[in-house]
Formats: sequence, structure tokens, C-alpha cells
Amino acid sequence: MVQYTFRRVLLAIPVIFAILAVTFILARSIPGDPCRAILGEKASVETCERFTIEHGLDKPIPVQFGIYLQNLAKGDLGDSIRFGRPVLLIMIERLPTTIELGFAAMTIAVLVGVPLGIIAAVKRNSPVDVGVMIGANLGVSLPVFFLGLILIYVFAVMLRDTPFALPPSGRLPAGMVATPFYEVYDIPVEEGTTRFYVLEFIANLYIFNSIITANWEVLVGAGRHLILPAIALSTIPLAIIARITRSSMLEVLGLDYVRTARAKGVPANKVINKHAFRNALLPVVTIVGLQLGAILGGAVLTETIFGFAGVGLSVFEAITARDFPIVQGFVIIIAIIYVTFNLIVDLSYGFLDPRIRYD
Amino acid sequence: MSITPVAEIKDDNVANIGDYKSNSLWRLTFRRMFRQRSAIVGLVILFILVFAAVFAPVIAPYDPTEVLIGKEDVKRRDPPCIHLFGCPEDQPQHLLGIDGNVRDQFSRILYGTRVSLRIGFFTVALALIVGTALGALAGYWGGWFDNVVMRILDVVLAFPFFLLAIAIVFVLGPNLQNAMIAIAIVSIPTYARVTRATVLSVRESDYVEASRALGASNFDILVRRILPNAMPPLIVLATLGVATAILDTAALSFLGLGAQPPTPEWGTMLGTERNQIFSAPHLVFAPGIAISITVLAFNLLGDGLRDALDPRLVQAGKGED
Repeated sequence: MVQYTFRRVLLAIPVIFAILAVTFILARSIPGDPCRAILGEKASVETCERFTIEHGLDKPIPVQFGIYLQNLAKGDLGDSIRFGRPVLLIMIERLPTTIELGFAAMTIAVLVGVPLGIIAAVKRNSPVDVGVMIGANLGVSLPVFFLGLILIYVFAVMLRDTPFALPPSGRLPAGMVATPFYEVYDIPVEEGTTRFYVLEFIANLYIFNSIITANWEVLVGAGRHLILPAIALSTIPLAIIARITRSSMLEVLGLDYVRTARAKGVPANKVINKHAFRNALLPVVTIVGLQLGAILGGAVLTETIFGFAGVGLSVFEAITARDFPIVQGFVIIIAIIYVTFNLIVDLSYGFLDPRIRYD
Repeated sequence: MSITPVAEIKDDNVANIGDYKSNSLWRLTFRRMFRQRSAIVGLVILFILVFAAVFAPVIAPYDPTEVLIGKEDVKRRDPPCIHLFGCPEDQPQHLLGIDGNVRDQFSRILYGTRVSLRIGFFTVALALIVGTALGALAGYWGGWFDNVVMRILDVVLAFPFFLLAIAIVFVLGPNLQNAMIAIAIVSIPTYARVTRATVLSVRESDYVEASRALGASNFDILVRRILPNAMPPLIVLATLGVATAILDTAALSFLGLGAQPPTPEWGTMLGTERNQIFSAPHLVFAPGIAISITVLAFNLLGDGLRDALDPRLVQAGKGED
């Protein structure tokens, strides 16, 4: 088991390296010149020459890659060409946004999807089952961007003056500021230190931050802004989780030991909860893990519609503006998180089910 | 003594060979599929879509790229005017209203069917052919080729699907063709893996060895004996893949990276009118519902096929004939 883990982790390293290389090459293969994209079409040739040399873009690509790797080892992700700020700082602002969104979406997906799947399996072929299956099919077929727009229309337009109205964009109501917890509690931090990065990262998780500072206004504000995008983003994982829970439960409920338990007279809900559910959970956990990783990439559309300045939107904007450092830094982080999640899911599969052992 | 042909032997106590009807995989599959209403619904929707695509020039009242500024008295983003539902007869009928460039939306939606079906078909065909070839060869030859191919596919799979597609489209240039290529590339690993798994599991079977002993060429063995085993899962994946392809191409177009105006692609239509959700909701709902119905049809069909082709369900007594 340990050997297997070790080997899988080792195998992940060349994959990450390949991701770095591919991202680097892809980013630089995009036609168009970052100088023109950022400074405008009318930038003079001399300005562009200076710009290119300043940002080290005139060196051959392998050399650039080498420099990038060197910096990476020091923890320096480079500076954004557009904003002039370190990519790491921008990442610290944007990644928590996506994490909050993804977490909220997965919570909804699991809390709603798993029970629905169980009910559908237990009451097989009943109207509930059929309803859940149709709902799941619809959920997978509705485009995320369309669903987001519908939600905006319903909650921000149709219900505009009712107490059910929900805001259609942004993370916080206009003018509201989420005071970081380290300021509230007077924790000393110095800009530029690792400690600062970590604390700032946590502080950018607005919901968490507002809870620990007991700032209920911000909590409610941020929460209301989070609801619609979270629902939109959760739909597809919810449908998938419901389906897989249902099929997994069906499979387990057909097994002999369940039949034995029933024959012994164990009450129905105990059969379900104690005997069947846990064993049915394994594929569900796998899928939840995979979806969590996938949400990071798919959040682009949700973030675009709801104006959430998260990782997906940042990458998209950066690609459009040929802002290489941001593209590289963000894509690499996303890919690493994705690979890590897949690895954890793979390993947990072998861990949770002793029958599965890879050679 | 003459021998009675087997087919003519009649015996009331025995099932007669003459009564034997061909029960090929296809027949059984179709019969089992038709027992599920969802698959039938999917098939019906699909027929309607194909009908709309084929007869679009006949059904559509206007040309999809025809700008109506001088020709009719309509304004940008006019709401639908349906004579049956009370719109006055002197106004020109526009079943789904006018879009942001003063074109009839109903015609654009109809022609969009063509675009979407074409997208789905070609994207999946490309991914299927390349993926199956790679997977089959990797599984059959094994060795370093298998390793290299699988590592490359792992790297492709390591990127979140959509981000990689966006990056590829940016590199190739934002148009519909490149969007299709990008999605095909990102989908290849799925088909390759399934094919490879099947090839690996079937490679050492007796009948394959028999074929080899009889002198069949490797290519022959691969295509005629091994690959047919991969067909059931591949068919299911391909059908579901069409749904994903249409959905993701619409998403790319929504972001401006796919079909460019004036191509009547549903995602592009949604993307350009995205901000008009408040003032002209019909321009958002129509393409969105079109995408949803199309994707739903293929999802239902794929699910029906998967249930029909799943051998386990037969044992559970679900699909007896």
C-alpha cells in the first residue's frame, strides 16, 4: 500500500512537469504580441522593444522556461504583465474566491444529490425515482451559463422587489468591505512574508473570515451573493452525484447480505443506513473528489456570468490579454490541484476498499 | 435414404430450427432500448431535430443572416409576434422575435440545428477515430508505445477539460472549426482508454489465438476480432460525447471563442445577447432552451443505449425477451 502510494506520487511529478512545459509553450504559442495587447495597437516599435526586453520575452523559449523554473523553485511566480503585481498576490486574492464558490457548490451538490439518489434507489421505479432521474438528466443537459442567466432573471428581475431577491453579481454588496480578521484582531503581519500570504489567503475566504470576526453584515452580504452562482455551479455535479448514488445503492441493495439482513427482520431504514449505505458510498466518494477538481476548471462560465473574480475568470481574461505570467501561474496551480485531487481519489479508492489492490 | 434438411424437420415438442429468428446484438439492443421511455423520448426529439435541420430552408420564414432593417417595420430586439396569440395581423410574424442585429430569431434557431448537429457529429467522429486508433494500437502493441501514449493522454487529462479547450482555441484562433478541434483533442483520452482496456482484456482470448494460428494478419485480428468488443461502450460514449461536444462548443461560443457572428450557433446567440437578459429575455431563452433540448436528447439516447447494452442488467432480469 505504501509502495503503491509512493509510486503514484512519483508518477505525478513528471506529469506536473509536463503540465508546466505544455502550459508554457501553449501560452507563448498564442498568436499576438503581449506588448500590443496591453499597451495598445498604437504602441511604437521602440516602446515595444523595451517592453519585450524588460519582461524577458526576447530570449529563446527554452531559456525563458529555465528562468521560470528557477524562479518557481524560489516561490516566485513572476509579475503580471498587465498589473505589474506579483502573480502570487493576485492568486491569493482570486483563488479563495473560486475555492469558496467550489466548496459551496459541492456542499449543495452532495447534501441534495446523495439523499435524492438514495431515495430514488430505495423507491425504485416509483414516481420519485422517475422524477429524480428526469431531473438529473435535465441538470446535466442545461448549459451552466444558461442556468446562471435564468437564475439571474428569476431572482434579480422577476423577484426584484420581494424579500427573495438575490443579487446577480459580485461577491459583496456595493461599498461593503470585508475587514480581514488579522486587522480586526490586531495580529501583526508584514507585507511580503509567507505569513502574510497565508493570512491574506484565509482572509479572502469571505464567509470564513466574517464568521471568525463575527461580522454578520458581511456574512449575510457575501452569503447572498454566493447563493446563485453556487446553485448554478452545483447543478451538474448534483445530477451526476444523484445518478451515481442511485446506481450504487441499487447495486448494493441487490447483494446477498442485504437480503440476509432483511430476512433476519432488520427494520428497513436500518438496513439502508447501517448496512447498505456505507458500502454504496465508495463510488460516490470517488465521483465527489473528481468533481471537486473539475469544478475548478469549469467555474470559468459561472464566474463570467456572475462577475466573480475567481481563478477561472482570471485565466480567461489573462489569455485574452496575453498576460503570460498569470496564465502560466494560474493554470499550473489549477492543474496541480486537479492532479492532487485525482491522486487522492485514486489512493482513497484503494484505501477504502481493501479488495482493490493495484500491483 | 435421403436426409431431411434440418430446416424442414417439424416436431411439436421441440423448438424448430425453422422458427429461429436472428437475435443479433443489434436487434436485442434495440428491443431493450425501446422498453425505456426516456430513450424513446430522446429518439423522438432527435428525429425532430434532424427534420428541422434538413428542412430548415423550407420551414424558416427568413434567411438566418438577413438583416431586416429596411425591409420591415421592426426594431432591434423586438419581442415575439405570433399572430395566433394575438399579435395584430399587420405586423410581420416573428415567432421568436428579432435579435440584436435585426434578424429573425426563429430562422436562426432553425439553422442553428444544422450547425449543432454538424458540430456534434464531426467532433465526436474525429475524437472517436483518433482515440480508438491510439487506444487499440497502444493496447495491442504494448511496450514503449503504450507507455508513451498513455503518459501523453495523462497529461491531457491532467488539465481541466474546459481550460485546455480554451487554451487550444486561443492558440489556433477563435473560430468554430478550431473550437471543434479543441474539444475533440480534449475528448480523445476517453475513447483511447476504453478501447485500450477492451483490447487488453481480449487480446489473449482463445478465438484471437485461433485467428492468429489460422494466419490472419495483425490488422485483421485487431479490426475484425478485437475491436467489435469495444463497440458497446464506445457507442454509448460517442452518443454521450455528442451531447458534451454540443454543450462545450456552445460554451466556447458563448465566451466568444467558437462560432463567430453571423453563424447562427446557439451558444454565440446566447453570448452576444447575454446582457439583454433584463430587457429582451426571449433572446436568451430561445437559444438556451434549444441547446438544452438537443443535449437532453443525446443524453437520453446515450443512457438508453447504455442500459440496453449493459450485460449485467440482463442477468438481473431487467431485459428479458
